[in-house]
Amino acid sequence: MTTEEAETGRDDMVIDGAEQANAVPDGFDANYLRIYYDGKHPACDRSYFGRREFSFTLENDIYIRFQSFNSVTELENSIKEKCPFKIDIGPVYSVDPAKRHAYAQGGDNVFTPVERELVFDIDITDYDDVRYCCTGADVCLECWPLMTIAIKVIDTALRDDFGFNHILWVYSGRRGVHCWVCDGKARRLTNEQRAAIADYFRVYKGNENSHKKISLPGPVLHPFLARSYTEVLKGFFEAKLLPNQNLLSCQERYEKILEMIPDASVASELRGRWQENKRASMSKDDINLVRWEQLKSVLQSGKQKTQGLRRCVEEVVFSFTYPRLDMEVSKHMNHLLKAPFCVHPKTGRVCVPIDPNNCDEFDPTTVPTLTQLLEELNRGGLRQDAEDELDGTSLGESVKFFRTSFLQPLLKSCKEEIESSYIAKLQQSKNTLSW
Amino acid sequence: MEVVQSHRTSSSNNVTVSTLPLYRSAPPLEVRLEDFELFAMDRLRVLKGISDGLGRGKKPEEMEKLVADLWKANMRHPQANEEANKDIISHFVLRLVYCRTEELRKWFLSMETTLFRYRFRFESSEAQRALMSEFKLPYKAVSNAEFESVKDKLGQVARSMGQTLASADAIFYKVPFEEVPELVAGRRVFICKGHAYVAMNQVVSLVVTQFRSYLSKALILTNRKWTSTVREQEKDRLAPIVEALCTSYLGPDYSQPNEAGEISVKDIDHIAKTSFPLCMRHLFEKVREDHHLKHGGRMQLGLFLKGVGLKLDDALAFWKAEFAPKVSAERFDKEYAYNIRHNYGREGKRTDYTPYSCQKIISSTPGVGDHHGCPYRHFSEENLRAALVRMGVSSRAVEDVMDKVRNRHYQLACTLTFEAVHGSSCDAEWFCGIRRHFQASVGIVKYFALWAVPVPVPAH
Repeated sequence: MTTEEAETGRDDMVIDGAEQANAVPDGFDANYLRIYYDGKHPACDRSYFGRREFSFTLENDIYIRFQSFNSVTELENSIKEKCPFKIDIGPVYSVDPAKRHAYAQGGDNVFTPVERELVFDIDITDYDDVRYCCTGADVCLECWPLMTIAIKVIDTALRDDFGFNHILWVYSGRRGVHCWVCDGKARRLTNEQRAAIADYFRVYKGNENSHKKISLPGPVLHPFLARSYTEVLKGFFEAKLLPNQNLLSCQERYEKILEMIPDASVASELRGRWQENKRASMSKDDINLVRWEQLKSVLQSGKQKTQGLRRCVEEVVFSFTYPRLDMEVSKHMNHLLKAPFCVHPKTGRVCVPIDPNNCDEFDPTTVPTLTQLLEELNRGGLRQDAEDELDGTSLGESVKFFRTSFLQPLLKSCKEEIESSYIAKLQQSKNTLSW
Repeated sequence: MEVVQSHRTSSSNNVTVSTLPLYRSAPPLEVRLEDFELFAMDRLRVLKGISDGLGRGKKPEEMEKLVADLWKANMRHPQANEEANKDIISHFVLRLVYCRTEELRKWFLSMETTLFRYRFRFESSEAQRALMSEFKLPYKAVSNAEFESVKDKLGQVARSMGQTLASADAIFYKVPFEEVPELVAGRRVFICKGHAYVAMNQVVSLVVTQFRSYLSKALILTNRKWTSTVREQEKDRLAPIVEALCTSYLGPDYSQPNEAGEISVKDIDHIAKTSFPLCMRHLFEKVREDHHLKHGGRMQLGLFLKGVGLKLDDALAFWKAEFAPKVSAERFDKEYAYNIRHNYGREGKRTDYTPYSCQKIISSTPGVGDHHGCPYRHFSEENLRAALVRMGVSSRAVEDVMDKVRNRHYQLACTLTFEAVHGSSCDAEWFCGIRRHFQASVGIVKYFALWAVPVPVPAH
């Protein structure tokens, strides 16, 4: 199979009828790569793609798991035939998922995941207690930036702290983002290691029954948290979130922040000042910023020696802005996650990649929708070169970005991995042969 | 530097500085049959004590002392090599006892690893270094030059934990982060480009991970060997002893048939008020109020209901009815029924799941919109007080309970609440399973019903 065949199969978006479209998931890293190398490299694993689980959600909410395919063509045909509303990608198992019933639960010959990308899922509904502009599934340009900063914090840590390189951020289609870490090292992480990474990222630990949801003990922050604070969170909180969400403008809202101050006398001092000063003061500065400065100066003044107050300002900023990950998604190898380039059935938007280096520019309200793409393709007429079909559409940029920034480098790295392990095996067999 | 002897050669008259055995291989020692059982029982007391300590949420310093006390009380012997023998023999006997099911293995692995961790901490740094090399951990100490370049960050990490960076000649090891998941999870190390910088005093974590991984594999092998050959060979000698050890010391055991009998959907309402522990009451109230529960809550409450005798069909009816205002019957069947059946072992890999233990519930981490976990741990003080008052706990008892909570004795707090609500005392140790709580409660309720004495029902 040539590169062109593999790539065409990947991104050919066939419009079938009025509503349904089949977005072939731009296949993920090693799936397609292994096929590409099928027949091309003696050391590649031919069964790899066939052991990958896909799941389809069909019309009427019918959900079918453990779908597997031996080739790109099989996958494509199945998608066109079944027209799933959603396609999820699962792990690569030890054996073809279709044959799982023949294998034991325990012991040697077992059906179990062997590789799976490290994934993260961030959903804006988990921030409902800190955004006042929208609730539930709604998202607007005032609160979307919470996702942007989540991307920045996590992406930097994944690269700088954990040393991962092949990272794909994807818009979830409605109200959040997904992250796929596809390095070989990441795919081979155990559940325990994934849980460790998820816990490394975890700061928020609360719900409506506890007051203090963020606790940053210790005189100093861990370098990861400190970097996140100074490079991303503090600036965003003070310049954007605080004024845009009017976090200190009225009693109902500022009470939430005052509640986080462990010292009741400090809280009531501020409360007193703000209650007196109900309307915007003489200065024309935003009332939120003014009050924030007051709060900071009281909490950070030299007088406050008590342990609990030292980090209070940071705790407030963290509790509003720090990324809130869904732990369960990341911890388990067998967790299924929606494939990129799917169409979200409720919004019609395509799950496009987000460039972490330009995530400030990403606007979820202008992401191409299915109907939009249909119109564009119909207007463009039939084109000779199937490979460039999407080029002229609004999806063109996304596909190009996906290929050049993510897929090509990953392809190269997988190739190098295969080659070096092949060479190592050759060396080994040479050594054992010599006696 | 004196080389520390590990106890591998059995004949040693010199007093060796005792080092931890790694239990790599069963010792070629002769053991009297009585000692076989006695040694194992002593070690089991230590492991159960550890389990209890963990369940109460004891802090590391407290656990250190607990382990030392338990070991001293049960495993000491005036002669060093006798003590070492007992140590090794008891461990291997318990392997036989605890290798047989996934749940037993998990428990044993967890307790032995904890035991090993705290005993390792007691060792001198030379002994620790020696043990590290025994594990063949190929980690290099960080060079001086590299140390200088990351010194600030290392210092920051240390201070973030309330410690100080050791002196200028502190030894750090550079290790792939995958090898030290606990340290990563707790943000107790500086990580850069996939490498974790581990301080000498954190080396425990490295070693413990290796120990755990080795023991985990060994248990599986032991099970295989036991079931395939040894059990038959030993059916008149060791096998009866191993079986006896199993049944008499199993701790919370859910493999026994349900002693509480069954409960039906119409009972739940009443029983929730009289007999559920606070964690389950809270979940139950929330599901009534919100007509919904997130996954963690559905699991915790659902498995509890299963454990106290709610049959699958009744469970499906219960959840469906509770969710009805928000979830249509069709949607319920599609999205929730599968998971409930899964819990009862009717789907997927057909595991018959047991209710969560107190330890698991205490150590869970409820997030936004969650209501599971242990209220004694996760509720703020005022919310907890309010909940206790609603249960009918007198104000004096509330103070006692809050005192236990402040000292992190969550299970004792729950026991006290039980006693306050039911006006009777109960053995705290026996109380340690959620289901036992329920059985005790239902037992008392039934007793009162039999004698027609009204049970003090909490006023609402």
